[in-house]
Amino acid sequence: MHEFHYDVVTIGGGPAGMAAALSAKDAGAKQVLIIERDRELGGILQQCIHNGFGLRRFDKELTGPGYAHRYIEMVKQAGIDVWLDSTVLSADPGGIITSVSPDKGMRVVTCAATVYSMGCRERTRGAIRIPGSRPAGVLTAGAAQRMVNMEGYSPGRNVVIVGSGDIGLIMARRMSLEGAHVKAVFEIMPYSNGLNRNIVQCLEDFDIPLHLSHSVVAVHGEDHVTGITVAKVDAKLNPIAGTEFDMDCDCLLLSVGLIPENELGRAHALEIDPVTGGAVVDQFRRTNMSGFFAAGNVLHVHDLVDWVSQEAEIAGRSAALHALGKLPKVNVFRSVAAGDGIRYVVPQKLSPPGGRPTVRFFMRATQPMGASVVQLHADGQIVWESNHPVVKPSEMIVADIPWKKIGAAREISFTVAPAPEEPESRDAPQAEEAL
Amino acid sequence: MLEASASDRLPTQADVVVIGGGVVGCAIARELSRYRLSVVVLERAPDVAMGTSKANSGILHAGFDAEPGTWKARLNVRGARLYREISEDLGIPRRRVGSLVVAQDADQLATLEELRLRGIENGLTGLALWGRDELLAHEPNLSPELVGALWAPMAAIVCPFTATFAFAENAIRNGARIVTECAVTGIEVVDNRVTAVKTSLGRIATSYVVNAAGVHSGEVALMAGDDSFTITPRRGEYVLFDHSVGDLVRSVVFPTPTKLSKGILVAPTVHGNVFIGPNASDIEDLEDHETTRHGFAEIISGARRVVPNLPLGNAITEFAGIRAVAGKDFVIGLSPVTGGLVHAAGIQSPGLTAAPAIAETIVEYLGEAGLKLVPNPAFTPINPVRPKFVDMSIGERARLIAADPLYGRIICRCESITEGEIVAAIQAPCGARTMDGVKRRVRAGMGRCQGGFCGPRVTAIIARELGVAVTEVCKDSAGSWLYLPRSETVSAEPNHA
Ligand SMILES: Cc1cc2nc3c(=O)[nH]c(=O)nc-3n(C[C@H](O)[C@H](O)[C@H](O)COP(=O)(O)OP(=O)(O)OC[C@H]3O[C@@H](n4cnc5c(N)ncnc54)[C@H](O)[C@@H]3O)c2cc1C
Repeated sequence: MHEFHYDVVTIGGGPAGMAAALSAKDAGAKQVLIIERDRELGGILQQCIHNGFGLRRFDKELTGPGYAHRYIEMVKQAGIDVWLDSTVLSADPGGIITSVSPDKGMRVVTCAATVYSMGCRERTRGAIRIPGSRPAGVLTAGAAQRMVNMEGYSPGRNVVIVGSGDIGLIMARRMSLEGAHVKAVFEIMPYSNGLNRNIVQCLEDFDIPLHLSHSVVAVHGEDHVTGITVAKVDAKLNPIAGTEFDMDCDCLLLSVGLIPENELGRAHALEIDPVTGGAVVDQFRRTNMSGFFAAGNVLHVHDLVDWVSQEAEIAGRSAALHALGKLPKVNVFRSVAAGDGIRYVVPQKLSPPGGRPTVRFFMRATQPMGASVVQLHADGQIVWESNHPVVKPSEMIVADIPWKKIGAAREISFTVAPAPEEPESRDAPQAEEAL
Repeated sequence: MLEASASDRLPTQADVVVIGGGVVGCAIARELSRYRLSVVVLERAPDVAMGTSKANSGILHAGFDAEPGTWKARLNVRGARLYREISEDLGIPRRRVGSLVVAQDADQLATLEELRLRGIENGLTGLALWGRDELLAHEPNLSPELVGALWAPMAAIVCPFTATFAFAENAIRNGARIVTECAVTGIEVVDNRVTAVKTSLGRIATSYVVNAAGVHSGEVALMAGDDSFTITPRRGEYVLFDHSVGDLVRSVVFPTPTKLSKGILVAPTVHGNVFIGPNASDIEDLEDHETTRHGFAEIISGARRVVPNLPLGNAITEFAGIRAVAGKDFVIGLSPVTGGLVHAAGIQSPGLTAAPAIAETIVEYLGEAGLKLVPNPAFTPINPVRPKFVDMSIGERARLIAADPLYGRIICRCESITEGEIVAAIQAPCGARTMDGVKRRVRAGMGRCQGGFCGPRVTAIIARELGVAVTEVCKDSAGSWLYLPRSETVSAEPNHA
């Protein structure tokens, strides 16, 4: 067995892992390693052959592989080690990482700091308990996407999509371009969970109907799916009797949510936020496990890869500082609460400021709203607010907050509420990097 | 699916034909392979363990609930004992976790005492009545409203799929044949004696037929003119949870049974998951495996009475199994109508537990009916052990990968299953040919992502190993195709099925 030592290791070589490794190198880490189970870097981006990546990060509309490629080049230039076709089996306290690959066998790495960047997985039919038979032809949208875009096979010709998450919307367009008939998208909530631009470009432009407040109540077909029964749902999301109707299909794609893939941390005492499914972190993206940081979809599910890269830069830099002994140790944190209208906030806690003037928060609203105001409350005072023409659960709210606004407050929370009549903008979010 | 021609697959003659490749049929074939006989199992699905044997609770019941003197009682107790050795020999994952029947009030406590006495009558020792404190100390997640329990330390759990595959593999190693995708369509009877079996692949001459056709065993009996019993299908639905919540219960937990059913259980699986279920609903169609909203509600509310805080957010799949109900007891023995026909029919619960004992009994009946039982000197009771990456030490893994690098590639990330294990499962005797076949043999796709990640990869491995196109790989049954060629290819090849 071989033993290896690195300053910083990122587990996962998607956009988060690559950006974290690069910024760790930038921040002074000498030996940096990315471990990736696939045969190439890029993670889920490699199957996302559509446009829409990089507008913020590169000021350019790139495809997923295009975005990944830019990072892959940077990783090569930076002299970062990369292990491909290598799966991490465990990541233990003290920075002991065990991986396996066909050509190198078992390899144990010790490292000063680790960045979790394993991404997320798709919620399945079982998790949402769709009744009926269990035929072939019912699959998650991401699995279908891989099959169509990377392997060159189609999962069906008459497609129904359940859930209006972004992958579902993108696959509606993809399957239409493949010559399939995409009959409808059914969403149980009264609003879509996808980005607005995807609803326009992937559904409206292809005349695919989106039925809100509808749920699949049965799957039919013994061998292969032959159709589904759908019903309207009430405010409690229960099907309304008498509203059922059938629809034939030979393919049912599910786009019903993503779950951070935190099994490596769960094997230890990683503290998980029950709302995000990711680790609880401070502004350095530092978890409760010493030397372990997290970024990207393993921390919370992002809608734009650009945010993932930025967040991973924070985590990578923090990991490097930790490895170099320059990241202040803290035992006491202040927590940041998700108040009215806010589903979650990342980071969930704050340690003392690390030199930068602002700290960036990512948030999601609990429900869609028109003109709204996002406010930061510090010890009962509103110390910061920003106005938004619309707020949607599917679109991340990003807030860069000057530390001086937070001051020494102990109770910190964000809220969002409908804007008063004449909105007056005080602090608009800034685009500069924050920590 | 690509196949050799029908005549290559189906022999024209056999000493014994076993109809049905469930756990019962496969255990019988294995028992028969102890003798110098040509034995053929006919299974109409593309794999064994596709009927009731794939969807049950996986419990080796202690044996206290069946009426003393019934087949169920005798074969349950004997079968559970046989598994101790068989599971070692054949590599069937088995864990002795014990079972609890819990009581909610004094009336139910009285029922527990009756069950305990019945258990003693059925030959069990070690049953104990527990008070509330003892119960909650053992199972802290149970409802504090419960007042006591019957503890059966000998109850165990097994992997029901592996049990069936292991019997099948051992039968094949000892000379039996298993022909899948072969439906029995008729039985030829001359002068009240079986002479041949007609199938979708042709005819086999034989003097002995074992009816182990599960929910279809009534139809099979009728093919031979025997209408001495009928089968009523009774469906049971389940919700299965991820192993992250696997410590919800340590033992199998039953509510106190009523006249109608054993009730909704909360139980661990041998692979560390937990399930709730099954309910019981009589259905019309023998193959109606649909789960229902009503069913989910029923099992969730039933399970909540025992475990108030169910981790519903960690559900990974739901499924249904069908009990073949022929009355109160199993139908075991010689057909009262047709010579040479032996029934192992109406095998509802505890059929998985009883299977090896049923097999012994059926072979005795065949002997009684005139079948010559000459020991097979080459019989080996043991299946070779195939590597399981997740259970190995780091050093064992390193050596394994050095010998075969495919054991170094994780394909199923949820269950840590390697490509080497998948390939071995495909190449084994009675090997996997479908996605579900791989899943049930090595658990790739059995985890929390339900194949979302490994599905496309497993499809490619099956296609490569079987030498077929990806578009020919099926989920389970023959019509369960997964992928079509992309449309460009379709227009070039309009006739592709
Ligand atoms: C909900 C539920 C829970 C249970 N829990 C337990 C438990 O915890 N412990 C326990 O011991 N038992 C349990 N059981 C019972 C156990 O699962 C069954 O007794 C056992 O699996 C029956 O096996 P079998 O081989 O008879 O039937 P099956 O597994 O159904 O096999 C019959 C086979 O015959 C084939 N076949 C039928 N007709 C033809 C034909 N014409 N030609 C060719 N092939 C044919 C079918 O395709 C099928 O593969 C449970 C059952 C159910 C439904």
